[in-house]
Amino acid sequence: MTKKYEWERFTPAQRLARFTIYLAVVIALVMSIRTVEVIPEFLYDAPEQMVDLFTRMWPIDTGHYAEGVHAALIETLNIASLGTVLALVMAFPVGLMAASNITKIPALNWFAKLILVSSRSVNSLVWAILFVAIFGPGALAGTVAIGFRSIGFCGKLLAEALEECDPGPIEALKAAGAPWPSIIIKGYWPQVAPAFWGITLFRWDINVRESSVIGLVGAGGIGVALDTSLNLFNWDQVALILLCIFTIVIVAEIFVTKVREHII
Amino acid sequence: MTTTVAQRKRPFKPNWLARMGWLLVLVYAIYAISALDITWPRFVDGLGNGAKFVGELFPPNFERWKLLVENLLETVEIAVIASAFGILLSLPIGLLAARNLMPPWASWPARAIICVCRSFHPVIFAILFVKAVGFGPMAGILTLIFASIGFIGKLFAEAIEEISLKPVEACKAAGAPFLSVLIYAVMPQVLNRFIGFATYQFDANIRNSTMVGIVGAGGIGGTLFASFQRYDYDFLCAILLSIIGLIMISEFLAVRIKAVFND
Repeated sequence: MTKKYEWERFTPAQRLARFTIYLAVVIALVMSIRTVEVIPEFLYDAPEQMVDLFTRMWPIDTGHYAEGVHAALIETLNIASLGTVLALVMAFPVGLMAASNITKIPALNWFAKLILVSSRSVNSLVWAILFVAIFGPGALAGTVAIGFRSIGFCGKLLAEALEECDPGPIEALKAAGAPWPSIIIKGYWPQVAPAFWGITLFRWDINVRESSVIGLVGAGGIGVALDTSLNLFNWDQVALILLCIFTIVIVAEIFVTKVREHII
Repeated sequence: MTTTVAQRKRPFKPNWLARMGWLLVLVYAIYAISALDITWPRFVDGLGNGAKFVGELFPPNFERWKLLVENLLETVEIAVIASAFGILLSLPIGLLAARNLMPPWASWPARAIICVCRSFHPVIFAILFVKAVGFGPMAGILTLIFASIGFIGKLFAEAIEEISLKPVEACKAAGAPFLSVLIYAVMPQVLNRFIGFATYQFDANIRNSTMVGIVGAGGIGGTLFASFQRYDYDFLCAILLSIIGLIMISEFLAVRIKAVFND
């Protein structure tokens, strides 16, 4: 009598691992729903509150644009762009240090990775809070916050691009006796340049979104105008500001998509 | 005649276009610095303040660890609930938004929803939801559900648009109803990527749920902002350290979960 073999997609261990994850997810969800403190009374009048919100937002106070929004909008764009430039300036050395094929000292690799992880772990609003404490309220704090927040993202992607470089041209340069700055500029840079510009555009797009809210904690840009209007309950002005943020974010995204199509 | 150094061809041609580009970046940076009113004395002042600030941050004060743990738990709860509902909702919305499977009258509204969800920073949603459902974790949950729909929905729709249509045609030719086509021809091609997006979004939700509290939408952000405003910097440092710890744990978990589903 022959033993019947049946094909199975997963081994028992794989199935067990998946089942454990499903179970853990369900348990976590049930526990969370049971313990989270939601006040049901607040939920019942949510539709009324939403209607109230929209009636107060309409008509949109378009007259407010020239006096209170336009300058803040330009400031937001400047914070996002300058923050991106600052981030790239700082991310380049960290990225070089994190790439294990360039820096061959594991301790330095780990140190660079630690910088990258801590930059990404702290939210941009939290970075903004810290830098408002240091530099005082204003665009300087916002720019530095955007810059520090972006190091992790840019540095990580840059290090990955550097590690994927073809070693051929680098060996050729080394064999010809090129000093290390030349190796970086003529060996690595041409290979990572497309990735670099891609990262820059992608991060700039994200930074436009983020710089529109860091003003809520006093770090400059349109968030400050939003915070003022919110605190005064001028919902018609809030509506105008939200509309402006929406427009600027969409325009930035379309711009980035078009430029990417051209250069990549 | 011997060639002099000047006559020898340079091995690398100077790229004037690129140099002009770098110069433009520099000019822009100088313009932006002056437009934003960033001056050297302010920066130096700030460095002095910074040293004082960092001095006050350390050593971190873990005396009120009960409050800290309570807040962290609420943060995780917000992220878990929001991820669960966000992922569930983004599945149908992502499917509807895929232009290769759906007619335009279905894909355009879905794409519009995704676009609105993506355009606003979570904090802005949080402000609106705090107005709608009051202070507390419910506003945070709703905020992160919208953020999840925006992110997963977009990537999932793009993943579906890239699938091979052959299995779909085979199923259709065999007379399979639409639901079977989805389950047997579309989902097997995109499920792995969907799980990747979902674990990434869970990670992002944990990060964001530490922040929505700043505008009153529950979680540890409220305590963070309060301790900042009260100059309670050593407690602020404890909060920041525990947030970084939480995020590292969640990143580790996300990697493990992805590893289980990828093999």
